[in-house]
Amino acid sequence: MNRSVLSVSGLSKKFGTFWANRNISLEIENGSIHAIVGENGAGKSTLTRMLYGLLSPTSGFISARGKSVRFSSPRQAIAEGIGMVHQHFMLVPELTVTENIMLGDERSHLFAPLKKRGTAETIRKIADTHALSIDPDALVSDLSVGEEQRVEILKLLYRNADILILDEPTAVLTPLETEKLFATLKSLQKEGKTVILITHKLDEAISVSDRVSVMRRGELIATEPTPSVTKADLARLMVGRDVLLRVEHPEENIGRPVLEVSNLSMNDWKGVQRLNGLSFEIRAGEIYGIAGVEGNGQSELLASLWGIADRRSVIDGSVMLDGTSIKGLHADKIAAMGVSHIPEDRLKHAVVPDFTIAENLIFGRHREKKFARTGGFNIPAIREYTDTVISEYMIRHDDRDNQKLASLSGGNQQKVVLAREIRRPDLKLLLLAQPTRGVDIGAIEMIHRQIIETRDKGIAILLVSAELDELVSLSTRIGCLYKGSLRREFTAEEVRYGRSSEKDFKKEIGLSIT
Amino acid sequence: MRAGIFKIAIPPLAVVLSLCISALLIMAAGKNPLFIYQKMFTMTLGSEYGTGQIVFRATSLVFAGLAVAIPFKLKLFNIGGEGQMLAGAFSAALAGTLLPPQTHPVLAVFFCTLSAITAGASVALLSGWLKVSFGVNEVISTIMLNFIVQACAGFLLTGNLSVPSTAHTYEIVPSAQIPQFDTVFGIWQKSPANFSTLFALAACFGLWFLVFKTIPGYEMRAAGLHPEAARYAGIDTNFHILKAMGIGGAMAGLAAANLVLGYKHYYESGLTDGIGFMGIAVALLAFAHPVWIIGSAMLFGFLQYGGLSVNAYVPKDIFLMVQAVTILMILILTKFLHRN
Ligand SMILES: Nc1ncnc2c1ncn2[C@@H]1O[C@H](COP(=O)(O)OP(=O)(O)O)[C@@H](O)[C@H]1O
Ligand SMILES: [Mg+2]
Repeated sequence: MNRSVLSVSGLSKKFGTFWANRNISLEIENGSIHAIVGENGAGKSTLTRMLYGLLSPTSGFISARGKSVRFSSPRQAIAEGIGMVHQHFMLVPELTVTENIMLGDERSHLFAPLKKRGTAETIRKIADTHALSIDPDALVSDLSVGEEQRVEILKLLYRNADILILDEPTAVLTPLETEKLFATLKSLQKEGKTVILITHKLDEAISVSDRVSVMRRGELIATEPTPSVTKADLARLMVGRDVLLRVEHPEENIGRPVLEVSNLSMNDWKGVQRLNGLSFEIRAGEIYGIAGVEGNGQSELLASLWGIADRRSVIDGSVMLDGTSIKGLHADKIAAMGVSHIPEDRLKHAVVPDFTIAENLIFGRHREKKFARTGGFNIPAIREYTDTVISEYMIRHDDRDNQKLASLSGGNQQKVVLAREIRRPDLKLLLLAQPTRGVDIGAIEMIHRQIIETRDKGIAILLVSAELDELVSLSTRIGCLYKGSLRREFTAEEVRYGRSSEKDFKKEIGLSIT
Repeated sequence: MRAGIFKIAIPPLAVVLSLCISALLIMAAGKNPLFIYQKMFTMTLGSEYGTGQIVFRATSLVFAGLAVAIPFKLKLFNIGGEGQMLAGAFSAALAGTLLPPQTHPVLAVFFCTLSAITAGASVALLSGWLKVSFGVNEVISTIMLNFIVQACAGFLLTGNLSVPSTAHTYEIVPSAQIPQFDTVFGIWQKSPANFSTLFALAACFGLWFLVFKTIPGYEMRAAGLHPEAARYAGIDTNFHILKAMGIGGAMAGLAAANLVLGYKHYYESGLTDGIGFMGIAVALLAFAHPVWIIGSAMLFGFLQYGGLSVNAYVPKDIFLMVQAVTILMILILTKFLHRN
């Protein structure tokens, strides 16, 4: 049973002079769920792409079931029963689920009609056995991201793959969908299949895997049976130093109410109710956490507070900032009143990748007087500000004046956004969405510390997060958003008490959001 | 950084390549390419009149190029330069005939130019409005408006606005005519080059400053590069779309002013002669950069007039081909650069 089904020895991959993978040796046991964890850029995807024949190794060997293999294309890997779900899906949106799964493996003769009916039945059967609920006749363009992922998995099962490689499958999933995916993986394991799960989230690796390997800077640092390691062990191996998984939470110093939302409702342009009578207030110096499964009104709440809600939607109720109504104002006006917004998808919504660092550091703040001069921008003032931010936040760069933001590393791009929004003059309120999504574990620590620091400067913070861990460790109070209404609010005392028995507290929150 | 250097090398490389190809074509026509090229140079840059012709043509092309380049900063493809020019030409000519002859020249030129700008900008704004209000693709709407404007102009012309038994309008009053360099400075003798050229240069540098140095320009570039993020930053993308289309149309109107107020002094059918479409190529060759457009318009002006000047030896269409091949080369080389 514990025979290794896939083994790798001395595997290396060099891009130019850069070792993306270096001397990796690894045994994957038959029928196991094997997690590979590592920070962004550690080389996880490179390793899996070599296993799947998408990249050819610079040196080293791969063997499948004791037989030495050398794939030059995924087709050969599939023939050996190895299948992979990529970080980015490869489906044709105009075709149905069945058609997509059949694509490239039609099993009928040239010019003979496709056996769609039969195939759809087969797919339905496979899907039912493994809790992969999906309609085989649906168009892929109508599917959610989670459903698309299920189609990718079904594609592999339909091709009889028995070693499944999943590269960061949970990055695009909501917590509920993640749970479903893990149930599927367990069920596949029962059927004797082997799963290689790439992730950078330690909780996930610990909850689902049998064995776990850690990668750092292209090297495989360790492989351990999962029950014998803790989250802190893995974090240390991954980052290369001790990591504080829980931020210090000094007593808050709470002041006047800054944001007062009462009876906020929103109907979208189709008339569907998205927000339903929300009322809450956030005071200076406190963090108000919004818990909830994605799609329960979080984005609508943020959009209406930030003045960028769809113009066709109808918003009722009142939103007051320091006693002045900001309902119906545009984002530029709201920002000018001392509000910052750090959206969830920073690359898509908070920066212009083709702009320089400096141009991005003033993005959304470009109307401020100190950056302007008659006719144009005050270049010296912008330079000075850029220099201060770069040194204060240690933004690693090559060329201050000409380098495009896109060429900075992900972490440094995040810092640009954070610095810009937190340093907004006369900041009163910070709207913060998923501040650590897609962020490395080493950087999470720094971001959490900065959020607490910002809070302690007397700024009111609205924190929307899908990570209960994060909410519990940062928030002063927590509101539970479910189907557009606040179903429950935990007071400061409740949250403080909850932090001392975290597991139960998270369960309690969980009950209010599902 | 390296990619930047290659990018600058693309246009010259494309020009050289297409000149080589045209040399082959000239040979195929049974002529010696070196002889033709030499003739071409002496008849254009080698003569005052020829230089003036190039300057005149380049002026229209600069405006037509800006008409494409500015909307392109918002990722909008303004294919309607031709129609916007037509509208501008027609209304400039109309305004020029309606003005009382004793109007002060500065006032007359200003008024006629303004009417060209307004007409060009209105046509472009119509496309912009269709885009922001109904999401109509600007490529389609600008193309369709080309036909509509052309039909309207033709209808009005054949109505009662033309001089009987001709296909052009009455001449504009002398005070509305933009003076030619020949009459004022005595340079570029007899050529139609006129003071519009100075407007063109001013427009290039002015728009360069607007786009790259001012706050509205910054917002405009952000809205073009990343509209989603611009919305979050409180930038009104729709407003910038309208503005860019408006400026583009105004530039097309100015191209028309160069033709009508500076040269022909009336509107006739076929006046714009595809210059609006040529503007697309001019903008493309300059990577839609307002200042580089000057160089690219000069090149196209040279090829256009140069082709005409050697028409006696080889068909001028060869140089039309050179222009087209240059553009294709640029597209190919740019793609090639991005691939590597
Ligand atoms: N095709 C490539 N060419 C050059 N460098 C690459 C290429 N693919 C990946 N890399 C580099 O190799 C490193 C590891 O990347 P990757 O395997 O994607 O990391 P992970 O999946 O762990 O985040 C990164 O620094 C990345 O920039
Ligand atoms: Mg990866």
